[in-house]
Amino acid sequence: MSIVEAVRIAFVSLLANKLRSILTMLGIIIGVGAVIALLSLGGALQTLVTEELEGLGSHLIFLFAGTNDPAVNDQVPPRLTNDDVAALADPLNVPAVAAVAPAFQRRGLVAYRGTSYDATVVGVTPSYIQVRNAEVARGMFLDEQAVQLRSRVAVLGHGVLQTLFPESDPIGQRIRIDGVNFRVIGVMTERGGTFASNEDEQIFIPLTTAQDRLFAPEAGTTRKVEVSVVYIQARDDQSIEPAIQQITGLLRQRNNLTYQDSNFTIVTQQDLVASFATITGAITIFLGAIAAISLVVGGIGIMNIMLVSVTERTREIGLRKAVGARRGDIRLQFLVEATVLSLLGGLLGIALGYGLAQVGTTLLSSFSENARAEVQVNSILLATLTSILIGIFFGLYPAVRASQLNPIQALRYE
Amino acid sequence: MPLIELTNVAKTYRMGDTTVHALRDVSLTIDEGEMAAIMGPSGSGKSTLMNILGCLDQASSGRYILDGVAIGKLNDDQLATIRNSKIGFVFQQYMLLQRTTALRNVELPMLYGKGHDRTARARAALEAVGMGDRLHHRPNELSGGQQQRVAIARALVNNPRIVLADEPTGALDTRTGAEIMGIFQRLNHEQGITVILVTHEPAIADYARRIIHVRDGLIDRTEQRNGAAIPSAEYAR
Repeated sequence: MSIVEAVRIAFVSLLANKLRSILTMLGIIIGVGAVIALLSLGGALQTLVTEELEGLGSHLIFLFAGTNDPAVNDQVPPRLTNDDVAALADPLNVPAVAAVAPAFQRRGLVAYRGTSYDATVVGVTPSYIQVRNAEVARGMFLDEQAVQLRSRVAVLGHGVLQTLFPESDPIGQRIRIDGVNFRVIGVMTERGGTFASNEDEQIFIPLTTAQDRLFAPEAGTTRKVEVSVVYIQARDDQSIEPAIQQITGLLRQRNNLTYQDSNFTIVTQQDLVASFATITGAITIFLGAIAAISLVVGGIGIMNIMLVSVTERTREIGLRKAVGARRGDIRLQFLVEATVLSLLGGLLGIALGYGLAQVGTTLLSSFSENARAEVQVNSILLATLTSILIGIFFGLYPAVRASQLNPIQALRYE
Repeated sequence: MPLIELTNVAKTYRMGDTTVHALRDVSLTIDEGEMAAIMGPSGSGKSTLMNILGCLDQASSGRYILDGVAIGKLNDDQLATIRNSKIGFVFQQYMLLQRTTALRNVELPMLYGKGHDRTARARAALEAVGMGDRLHHRPNELSGGQQQRVAIARALVNNPRIVLADEPTGALDTRTGAEIMGIFQRLNHEQGITVILVTHEPAIADYARRIIHVRDGLIDRTEQRNGAAIPSAEYAR
């Protein structure tokens, strides 16, 4: 018997039990749909995150005081000072570094007339604009003079602007931060940050103003953290690794560390991308496992229904054998039927996955235009191949059972 | 040379601890072009004999030669090939595939053997049994007699050496049964097809020229009739 003939017989048989066929396919439909949606949405999410982290700045390195390990912090107290920043800004010390932007940030209560707002107040220097790829929408950013004079001037993030000045022009207006008067000199463009930190909810003031006027030094004993984070721009992507080496060496030397762990933490954009990839990877594995279970359950469903079908059609099998069907013919017929069932489920699953990907793209489009959940040709091929293999694997046992029926007993079966 | 030659054929089954002797010692020859009937009460072994003649089953001992081929040495797939090319089956319950047209049903044996001109050959076979105007009807749209005609067409489509009919009128009324028997008779007379009937009804066996009576796994006696079989008065009505 030819494959074409077997496929025709399979369709006749599946169409004779439409509802049963569709219910049997459900496991495969859901499993394949989940895999397709997962692969396409995972890609879109990765694009989104990478794009967002790239937006933080170019060839960016983050330097934090202290570490995540409390034991290390006890042994070597966190320490990051203005002098450290000055040393890092010297190209003779760290040739791989292009620019350095120190920041000192705290929560602060920002008030304008009746409205108050709990924002992140960040003391920065003018280099922040360059290092963090930031842009001023209106007015101006903080300049060197403002830093030197410890001026009480502020630049608002987009979110802060919308809360405090929903309609009026903020430039030149006076606001209060933790009770201290500040004059608004500029407004940042919207960043739309969602992951690392939301820069729209921040207010920028001169670093020196933050350190000396606004926030009292920490009442710690051995800690000396004048700067909470330093944003460091390497000269180019190749300079990131050398820059990390040079920064580490310089700071360990300045802190007189020999055998101890470092009392600072260096993180790169790649580290952030990687740590996010770890999270998405874990989610992918989890959802993938669910999809795999669904596929196995779907396969068992196919096996079950094929066994029922073989029993129901015992007389048909007996007849086919009587008129000359060999074992291979019967085996092929039922194997093809199981595979057609599974493959149809797979194709419907691909359609379902495509639909889910479209929905996902719509949801992600509010974050980024480029984060499109696209169904790759590879995913379609993988899903098709998987469903064929499931059909063959779970159809084999029923097919072999059918082929081994004794024709005399099968013809007499009631 | 005889078409069918059984020599000292026996068949035993094991049913739990007991051994059932379905056939004890059967020797039989049937020539080409014969129309023979195998008769016997249920449990006589006639079904077993038919299964062996039809190559659905193999003898435990003895020799069976069909059309020059020793059947006893063949495996399952070789038996299937023999059934496909040399034997046409007609069953009491027609055994047609539901939801499948008469034409497709008749094509069935050709799926497993010679595959050329399937539709044309199936159509010719259906026309030969007077079903030329019902090619695309499904079994549930046909009467019992019509279904049995389709089954006969299916049995004939591969030009078999013998047609084995197991109680072919068992599910039909007397009149339709007579029509079906008329078809077998005509096929035997006009085309020289060898027909073996298996039945417990004397009226059906009357159509055959030789009646082989089976009892307790042995051939009890053989009745030879002269000339064409005459339908009994009961069937003529």
